[in-house]
Amino acid sequence: MTAILFYLLSAICIISSILMIFHKNAMYSVLFLLICFFSVAGLYVMLNAQFLAIVHIIVYAGAIMVLFLYVIMFLNMSTPITIRKSKLVMGIAVLTGSSLCFVLVTALWATNFGQNPAIVNQDIGLASTLGKVLFNEFLIPFEVSSVLFLSSMVGIVIFNKKEQKDE
Amino acid sequence: MEIIIFKIFLVLALFLLSITIAAYSTFSERKVAAFMQDRIGPNRAGPFGLLQPLADGVKMIMKEEILPASSNKLLFILGPAISMVTALMASAVIPWGPDITIAGTKVHLQVADINIGILYIMGVVSIGVYGIMIGGWASNNKFALLGAVRASTQMISYELAMGMSIIAVIMTTGSLSLGNMVTGQSGWHGMAWNVVLQPLGFLIFLICAFAETNRTPFDLPESETELIGGYHTEYSSMKLGFYLFAEYINMFLSSAVISCLYFGGYNFPFMDIVQQNTGEILFAFICFLVLMTKILFFIFFFFWVRWTIPRFRFDQLMNLGWKILLPLSIINMLITGTIILLNQ
Repeated sequence: MTAILFYLLSAICIISSILMIFHKNAMYSVLFLLICFFSVAGLYVMLNAQFLAIVHIIVYAGAIMVLFLYVIMFLNMSTPITIRKSKLVMGIAVLTGSSLCFVLVTALWATNFGQNPAIVNQDIGLASTLGKVLFNEFLIPFEVSSVLFLSSMVGIVIFNKKEQKDE
Repeated sequence: MEIIIFKIFLVLALFLLSITIAAYSTFSERKVAAFMQDRIGPNRAGPFGLLQPLADGVKMIMKEEILPASSNKLLFILGPAISMVTALMASAVIPWGPDITIAGTKVHLQVADINIGILYIMGVVSIGVYGIMIGGWASNNKFALLGAVRASTQMISYELAMGMSIIAVIMTTGSLSLGNMVTGQSGWHGMAWNVVLQPLGFLIFLICAFAETNRTPFDLPESETELIGGYHTEYSSMKLGFYLFAEYINMFLSSAVISCLYFGGYNFPFMDIVQQNTGEILFAFICFLVLMTKILFFIFFFFWVRWTIPRFRFDQLMNLGWKILLPLSIINMLITGTIILLNQ
């Protein structure tokens, strides 16, 4: 039962992400990405990480993708377009993509798949467990990343103020 | 096995309850409006007009269905479907009464007692905006698009303040589960309601609930004087009915969430005395009735505000959300945290 569910969710996830990349219509791409997020959230639930699953949905599906849709609506990107970029931009894109791929592959290489995390600890994804780990073991990275978010927010506000002054 | 059958029965009962409450909300809204404007209101169908929702429903189904030629057909149909499904989904985690014993085991009177119930509600609410956005965009109509964009900005803006006020409640109760939140308010003979501890949080949550359900004074996504019908301009027949119905179901469920978070859910004064003198099933039923009374009061409150406060302008709406409610909710969270720290 669990295995069937796992393969079903994984298949939905992979197929929808491939469709998202290859679909010409930006609106459909966003919707396929949404389906992908939901199947990933389902996989989280299967690993007993309900908190992570629901936060994943609230943050990515509920906030970030809404903003994506918003931009698509305003820019009227629904009509299929062929994107032409300069050689330099394309080169940089290939470079970043392959370095990300390298990082992911090395991370996969280093992972020990001998243990099934779902069997190791049943409470691993509960909010209290996560909170204890975040505020004890990873306190400094956690706080630093929050400062990073704050700085980007302040940056956006400053950009906006500058534009208003120019007008 | 009995428990699964019981849960399926509960799901069906909740579905019917949501639909019935939503249908009669449309009727009672018109009656309340009529009362406030010194009119009579609908009184033709059945005694006191009580069959009006049925007549409206039949009308919605029988009307001609129009798919605009320039619309995106698939997404046009998907929009109201998503709205309706997400509206119905939220009732799964609301505790409707205390535990009862079925076939020797204790059962929660709640479809799913997941330990992150309140976050589940937030998630469902944040998904709900897709129904409006997709429908408004697929209509291929400028007014519908403007309505959809307004809806999404409004909902994202008010979700922040809503989340912050919920965090303060989570801090006071120390749990993310709605079931635990409600049982946590049963002290002082069932009167230890969170509204006493979190008056400011309650006010913020209430305002945000109005914004999230697109009710007046925050009904800018469908303000008929500016945008014809807003996001459902192009919709007709039952697809329009789904959008309107989803709004009333959302109203019902946000009233339920307000009651559970701030007004003790099914707790009522001197409930421990009542519990000692009545049987288990009867007590659960009384608790359910108490919760329904609270919910119906808040639904009435929604109508009341609709005919009291006029619609905001869009910049006023954004200022209220970002410059007043969000800072206030953060201050509320800080005060709550400080008091909890001092009491330790």
